[in-house]
This record gives sequence, structure tokens and C-alpha cells, in this order.
Amino acid sequence: MSDDRMKSSGWMTRRAVLLGAGATAGAYAGLNLRPAGAVVSIDVTQGNVQPVPIALPDFVGGGGGDSEVARNVTQVIAANLKRSGLFAPIDPQAYIEKVSNIDALPRFPDWRAINAQALVTGRMTRQTDGRLKTEFRLWDVFAANQLTGQQYFTVPDNWRRIAHIISDAIYERLTGEKGYFDSRVVFVDESGPKERRVKRLTIMDQDGANVRYLTRGDDLVLTPRFSPSTQEITYMSFGRGEPRVFLLNIETGQREVVGNFPGMTFSPRFSPDGQRVIMSLQQGANSNIYVMDLRSKATSRLTDGASIDTAPSYSPDGQRVCFESDRGGRPQIYVVSASGGPAQRISFGEGSYSTPVWSPRGDNIAFTKQGGGQFSIGIMKPDGSGERILTAGYHNEGPTFAPNGRVLMFFRDPGGSGGPTLHTIDITGRNEQRVPTPGFASDPAWSPLLT
Amino acid sequence: MLSVVRNFRAVRLAAALVAALAVTACANKNPADDSLASAGAATPGSQQDFVVNVGDRVFFESDSSEITAQGRATLDKQAQWLQSYSSYAFTVEGHADERGTREYNIALGARRAQAVRDYLAARGVQASRMRTVSYGKERPVAVCNDISCWSQNRRSVTVLGATS
Repeated sequence: MSDDRMKSSGWMTRRAVLLGAGATAGAYAGLNLRPAGAVVSIDVTQGNVQPVPIALPDFVGGGGGDSEVARNVTQVIAANLKRSGLFAPIDPQAYIEKVSNIDALPRFPDWRAINAQALVTGRMTRQTDGRLKTEFRLWDVFAANQLTGQQYFTVPDNWRRIAHIISDAIYERLTGEKGYFDSRVVFVDESGPKERRVKRLTIMDQDGANVRYLTRGDDLVLTPRFSPSTQEITYMSFGRGEPRVFLLNIETGQREVVGNFPGMTFSPRFSPDGQRVIMSLQQGANSNIYVMDLRSKATSRLTDGASIDTAPSYSPDGQRVCFESDRGGRPQIYVVSASGGPAQRISFGEGSYSTPVWSPRGDNIAFTKQGGGQFSIGIMKPDGSGERILTAGYHNEGPTFAPNGRVLMFFRDPGGSGGPTLHTIDITGRNEQRVPTPGFASDPAWSPLLT
Repeated sequence: MLSVVRNFRAVRLAAALVAALAVTACANKNPADDSLASAGAATPGSQQDFVVNVGDRVFFESDSSEITAQGRATLDKQAQWLQSYSSYAFTVEGHADERGTREYNIALGARRAQAVRDYLAARGVQASRMRTVSYGKERPVAVCNDISCWSQNRRSVTVLGATS
């Protein structure tokens, strides 16, 4: 992790909490670690991954509250890794070696004996200025070497961020792909009876911690989406007058209408560079897709026809846009150049296709598919090939990709007087998990990585 | 007073059942109905008069904004009433059932509201008195997991506003 990345990490670093991180591998005298030659690794492209047994003894803490923080950090890391489906944290009761000094080599035979393939050790040390120094080492148990090691400085309040950043470092080192744990989710909290649902914009960490309500529930709010900077969201709100697309700065609470359109605007998303918002504008019986440049306020129309064109989403390079349209009868997914021109239909299966969203890796488009009385979540390639349904049921809707494109979050509604809940599933179709939320929850949108 | 309330409910329930075809008593009553009903008898030209004697809503087929024969009959009465009591401004709300995705349903509700607006305008109601709004699937009146509810939620509602 470079200092540059730490500086650009958004709202928490604005308070200068993550003041530095440095690679420490090999920096400890006397360890003489072997480089490379790792035995443990995970191929995440395989559909059927055997989770890697990993040992995470509690990080060594200082006195008093610090050791509790150290224990909490360890637990958050273990929970992250377990939820990914790629790791199987070993029950700490099985541990033979009690780690008390992370500068000494672990007793690898003790860890082999309980079949741990990877081992994470760590330490949290209070600095004279009140900050916590957190160090961790990731060990390959069978090769008996250190795979990575890092240290971070932060105010104690930010221990969860540290846990997520370390989780990402472990995930990246062992899978070869970026992690997604140091990220947030914005969604719509729902309460009250279905006929009069109160909806509030809400933000939380990807694991459900640190829930914060961004609106009070006076106005109906829908479909929040993150800007690439993660500082702002765009969403639809029914205030007084015409429902409109808004921008909300989640740090300052500042709110503004996007554009001055002569009708209802809805279904917004940011462009990958954060400079534009793409959305639908209602024009009579039809919905067309418009783009507004946030600096110049210039607007341009991307689609025009006697149809419902909505749910636009940019490709990560900003060159193309996928959206849904009923121009051919039922809603289907189309792809159009971001500079306009004819749109190409890419969905051809039975039923109708809605809410397309482009993976941050560019390789997939996820969607909601409706047919046979069911609502499913699926993915296809941007050319429409390789369609796969990942989960199906009474009502699944609105997928959003994790920053690394490996996991989708969506909402599921049981119908009736019940309410929606958030779930994740790997793009392999495995590892479906409920995401904890304080109440009913819908319309999730996953942020980019915060650092 | 009591009998008025009862009659009012009976009329509304009958309308809902005709539209629904399938007879399942949906537990949910629109709370607005209760307040209207208890407000008293339907004085000609009053909001209750419009709701009870004309009918404030029309229903749509699944994924359709086409106005049905029954819808036309209701809207013809609406147009007549609205021209008799021309001081009302009003809003046409478009709604969708829950069997669609959020964004699409917002657009579908808008399309239904627009269809009603166009119909009323063609029947001579001044366009300047009308505004439209779509609530998509956000404001159902009936809550259950079958067509008896969905068909009541696929609707437009003509909501009278302030008199000018």
C-alpha cells in the first residue's frame, strides 16, 4: 500500500487517521525470510473452491483496552475472510502455539499439525501520541515463510478500517486479486407498513457495521449510487413537487438537484470518472436517457424513442453504456456507445431483463431477470454471451458489484407484508450470504475501495 | 352516518373485486379511504362525491398502460365531473404492482398517469389543471402475494387538489 493510496482514501483520511503504512517484510532483523516460493494460493476463477484453512490467533495487544481492540481486529479479519467463502478460519481452541511475540518465527509444525495452510499474526502497540500501530504478518505454513507484512498507524477509533485493510492485503496476497473488504454499501432502509413505507438513505461498512442514516425518512428515496470518490451519492427523491435525481455529499450533508429538467428524472448513476451523472428523464409516456456534466451543467441525450429506456450503467472505461429498454416489447438489455449511435440488444433469453450493471472489471454485466413468476439475478458478458443465473426465487432484484467484480449484492423481497433484505453471492453462483442490516433494506450500491 | 360508511366501503370493495376477478379479501384498506368515509356524506362537488360516485381510480393489465373499457367508463365520468366542478386542480398518480423492477416501474407508472391525462384532455378537461406523478411500486394499496392484490396496485388515482 503506497502513501499515495492512503492520502486519497477519502473521508477518514481527511481526518488524517491513516498516517502511514510501510512494507515491513524482511525489515525485522534476524528472521532471514525466504522470498517467494509460496505453497498456499487460491485460484478464484474456479467455481468450486476449497476454502483455505487459515489460523488467525488474536493479535498481540498492549495493556487494558488495547488488547480488546486487538482481539476485535482479529475477529473482524476472520469474519471477512470466512464470508468470502475462500477461507476457513480454524477454531482458535485448536491452536497449539500461543503467539506472544510476532517478531519470532512461528512454530510451523504446530500450525501444520492443525492443518492450517496460512497463518496471520499481528500486534497492536499504543504510540506516545495516542495512535495505534498495527503490524501483521501473513505466513505460508507449509513453505514456512512470510508472504507479506505491513504496518499501519491510526487513531484507535479506526480499528475496523485497519481490520478491513489487512483483510484485503491477505485476500490479495493469497488470491492474486484485489480485495473488497475496505468498502461501504449505501442502501435504502425500510420501515413501517408496505402501503406507507418510510425509506431512508443509509450507509454502512460492507460487513454491516457502522450504520449511519443519511436522510430522515420525510421524503421517499430510491436507488442511491456511489460516486467513484465515495464522497457523494446520487439518488432519486420524492420531495415537494416533481421527483428528481439528487446529489448528496455524505460528509457535509449538502444536497442539490441534478440539472433543471422539465420532468421527472430517475435511475441515476455516476460515470466512472465521477464527472457526469447518467439518468432517465420522463418525457410524456416515454423515458429517455440523458447525461449531465456536473461541472459545465451541459446535458446531452443518449436515447430517444417511444419506449422506456432506463437503468443506465457505464462500462468502467466510460466508453459504453448498458441500459434496459422495452423498445422491442418487453424490457431487454442494450449496449450503446457513450457518444451515442445505435444501441445493440444483448439479452435474448426467455423473459425480460432489467437493471443491468457493468462490472468494475469490465468483464460482466449483472442483471435482474423476470420470467416464469420468478425474479433472478444473473450475469452475462457485455456481448450477451455466457448468460448464467446465479440465484432465483420469488423476488430478487438490483445487483451491485463488489469493487473487485467477484461478488454481487442484491435485495430479496418475500412479498406480502414482509420486507426486503440484502444478500451477497459470488459470480460463480456459490456462497450466498445474508448481509446484516438493522431493518428491511433494498437498493444496495457497493462503493469502490476506500483506499 | 354508519350506513353511509358501510355503503361507501361496499361500493369500493365491489369495484375492487370486479377489477381483481379473483376473490381474495386483501386485508389492507387504504387508510385514506377511512378518513374520507368518516368525513361524512358525499356532498355533490365534494372530494367524497368524486371518490364515491365517480371513482377516483382505474386499473391496468400487467405491464400495460392501455386504458381498459372499464377504465374508459370511469374516466368518462371523471371528465364530466371535473368539467362540472372546474375549480379543482388535480394530480393523476400512476402506480405499478410489485412484479417489476424499481426503475422500470417508475417509468411504467408515469406512462399510466400520462395515458389517463391524455384521455381526460381528449374528453375536454383543461391540461393546465392536471399534473402527473409516478410512484412506481412504492405505494401499493393491497398487500399479498397474488394477482388479487397486484391487480389493485396497477392503477391510476386521480387526486383532487386545492380549488382555485
